[in-house]
Amino acid sequence: MAQKTMIQAITDALAVELEKDKDVLVFGEDVGLNGGVFRATADLQDKFGEEQVFDTPLAESGIMGLSFGLALEGYRAVPEIQFFGFVFEAMDEIVGQIARTRYRMGGTRNLPITLRAPFGGGVHTPELHSDNLEGMIAQAPGIRVVIPSNPYDAKGLLISSIRSNDPVVYLEHMKLYRSFREEVPDGEYEVPLDKAGIAREGNDITIVTYGAMVRESLKAAENLEKDNISAEIIDLRTVSPVDMETIIASVEKTNRVIVVQEAQKQAGVAAKISSDIAEKAILSLEAPIGRVSAPDTVFPFGQAEGIWLPNATDVEEKAREIVNF
Amino acid sequence: MAKKKTIDFQALLNDVDALFPTYQALDQDGNVVDESLVPDLSDHELVELMSQMVWSRVLDQRSTALNRQGRLGFFAPTAGQEASQLASHFAFEKEDVLLPAYRDVPQLVKHGLPLYQAFLWSRGHVVGNEYDDDLQALPPQIIIGAQYVQAAGVALGLKKRGKNNVVFTYTGDGGSSQGDFYEAINFAGSYKANGVFYVQNNGFAISMPREHQTAATTIAQKAVAAGIPGIQVDGMDPFAVYTVSKLAREWAANGNGPVLIETVTYRYGAHTLSGDDPTRYRSKELDDEWQKKDPLIRFRNYLENKGLWSEEKEEEIMENARQEIKDAIAEADKVPKQKVTDFLKNMFKEQPQNIQEQIKFYEAKESK
Ligand SMILES: Cc1ncc(C[n+]2csc(CCOP(=O)(O)OP(=O)(O)O)c2C)c(N)n1
Repeated sequence: MAQKTMIQAITDALAVELEKDKDVLVFGEDVGLNGGVFRATADLQDKFGEEQVFDTPLAESGIMGLSFGLALEGYRAVPEIQFFGFVFEAMDEIVGQIARTRYRMGGTRNLPITLRAPFGGGVHTPELHSDNLEGMIAQAPGIRVVIPSNPYDAKGLLISSIRSNDPVVYLEHMKLYRSFREEVPDGEYEVPLDKAGIAREGNDITIVTYGAMVRESLKAAENLEKDNISAEIIDLRTVSPVDMETIIASVEKTNRVIVVQEAQKQAGVAAKISSDIAEKAILSLEAPIGRVSAPDTVFPFGQAEGIWLPNATDVEEKAREIVNF
Repeated sequence: MAKKKTIDFQALLNDVDALFPTYQALDQDGNVVDESLVPDLSDHELVELMSQMVWSRVLDQRSTALNRQGRLGFFAPTAGQEASQLASHFAFEKEDVLLPAYRDVPQLVKHGLPLYQAFLWSRGHVVGNEYDDDLQALPPQIIIGAQYVQAAGVALGLKKRGKNNVVFTYTGDGGSSQGDFYEAINFAGSYKANGVFYVQNNGFAISMPREHQTAATTIAQKAVAAGIPGIQVDGMDPFAVYTVSKLAREWAANGNGPVLIETVTYRYGAHTLSGDDPTRYRSKELDDEWQKKDPLIRFRNYLENKGLWSEEKEEEIMENARQEIKDAIAEADKVPKQKVTDFLKNMFKEQPQNIQEQIKFYEAKESK
C-alpha cells in the first residue's frame, strides 16, 4: 500500500482497468500524450498504447457520441470531459441518448460508459470550469452520478464504475485532487456504487453530504464535538440514485439532519434528499431539515469563490441552529 | 454490359486542396512577395498597426510576469499571434461587433475595452465584464465554439437592420472541430449574413497537433460545405492578414454573406499559464522554426526599409506600453471586492422570492 493523492488514485484505477480488460478505452481532449490537463491520465498512453488511450478532436458532443458507439461495439468507454462545465455541449448525448438507450431498447443493450470530469470550486478557474452541475444530471433517470470524497473511494468507485454495465458520470472535485494523501491499496478493489459511506459516526445530528463538502463537514464536526455535539457524517459517494436507506437509518438515530452541498440551493441533490427525508422520516425529526448550500446565482467569478462557497463554518452554524431548535 | 464506374477518391481530395493556397504578402524577411496583397494603408496607419503589435507583445510579456507574481489570474499567451490578432482587428470598424475567445484579449482592448477591465476579467472580477453601451463586444468566451453560433445571430441581426457593419469572431484550429463551428458558418451562409469567421490555426489545441484535429488539409476548406468563401492566409504576415480581412469585411458588409478565414500562426508560449507545459508536446526545433517567421521581424524590416521605423521608436512604444500596463494594474487594484449580494442582485431584472430571501441572508452575513 502507498500514500496517494486522489488524482494518483484515479490514475491508478484507470491503469488497473486498462491492464485487466483490453476493451477498456480511455480518451478525450489531451488525455493521451499530455496525460490530461491535470495529469489524471499521465503515462497511460505510454503504458497501454494509442489504441487504448487516445486523444480526440475538440468536440464534447463528438466524444460522447463516440462513447455511445464504442460501447455499442462492446468496448468499455472511459471518456474524459476536460472540465465538467463543458458538459452542456454534450448534454443531448448524455441525458438524451446514453441515459435512455437501455430503457428504450427494452433492456437489450448495455452502455458501459464512465464519463470522468473534474469539477468543483475553490481553485479559481475561469468561468464554466468549476460549476457544480451534478444536480442537473442527477435529475435524469438512467445514469448514475458518482462523486468520491477521498483517494481510497476514488479508486474503488472508479473501478466499480468502469465495470458497471450502466453509464456513470464520475465527477472529480478539483480541490480534492492534490490536497491530501491517504493509504490506497495496490491492485484492484471495488467500492460499491449506490452505497453511501459513514465518514464519521455520531448521535446528535446527521450531516448528509458529498464531495469536497465531506471535508468541510468533518472540520465542522470537530468543532461541534468540543461542545459535546456529536455529528454523524454520511458521505453519499453516489449522488444519483441516492442511498436513502443509510440516510433514514441515521436520521432515525439522531433525529436531526442537515444536508450540505457545494452547489446552489436550487440545484438539485440536497433538495431531493430533503424531500425524501420529509417523506420517509418526518416523525423521527425533532427539528426542521437544515440545508447548507451556495446562493442561487451563477457560479461566481474566481476572486469571489471564498465568499460564495459554503464552508465548515456555515456547516457548523447550521448544525448548531438545528441542534438548538 | 456497361463498364462499372470507378471513382478516383484520391483525386477528389487533391482537387479540393488545390483551391486553398496560403495567401502571403511578405516573406519572413519582410520582402514583398505579392504586391497585390500590400495593404492600402497610409504610412501613419502602417506605423500604428506595427505599434499595436509591439504593444501586444509587451502585454504578453508583462501579463506572464504579473501572472507569476500572482497579480493576474487566467492568462492565455498571445506572443506569435500578433499579426493574426491585431492585423485582422485593424480591418474592422468600431461599430463592428467583436465576439472574442479567451485568447483574444488584445483585440478586445483595441476595440475599446479599458485595459484595467481586461485585467479584472483575468482576475475573475465582475467589473471586468461590465461593458459600456458603445463597446460592441462580448467578454471572452470560454466554451469553445459557443460564440461562433452567437456570431451567426449577430450577423443576421445586422443584416436585418440593413447595417453595413459586420460581426467578427475567432476560434482556434481545435475549435473548428466543434459542432458549433459548423452550425455557425452554415447558418450565417444560409442567411447570407454579415459575418467574418476566423480560425486562428496556431498548430495546437492545447497538446493536440493540428494534423490530428482533422483530416482536412486546410481549415479554410471547411467553408465549402457551408457554401461560403474560405481563405487560408499566412497568419504571421500582417499584410496578408490585413488585406484579406479588409476584403472579407467589405464582402460581408455589402450583403454577400459570411467569409471563413484561417490564419496559419503559432503561439510561442504555453496554452495558458494554468499548468500547461508545452515541452510535453512540442519540440524546440519547431519553436525555433516558427520564431523565424515572427510577424514583428518581417514588419519591422519592411518599415525600416521605408524609413518608417527605428529601434528608438520601438523602445518608446514598449516603454509606453509598460507604463500603461502599470497604470491599469493600479486601477484594477482599486476596485472594491465583490459581494454575494451584488451577484444576487444581478441575477434577474425582477427579483424572485428565493433571491430576495438570499439577499437578506447575505446582507446580514456581509455586515458582520
Ligand atoms: C467546450 C470546451 N471544451 C474544452 C475546453 C477546454 N479547452 C480550452 S482551450 C482548448 C484547446 C483549444 O484549442 P484551439 O481551438 O486550437 O485554440 P487555441 O487555444 O490554440 O488558441 C481546450 C480543449 C473549453 N474551454 N471549452
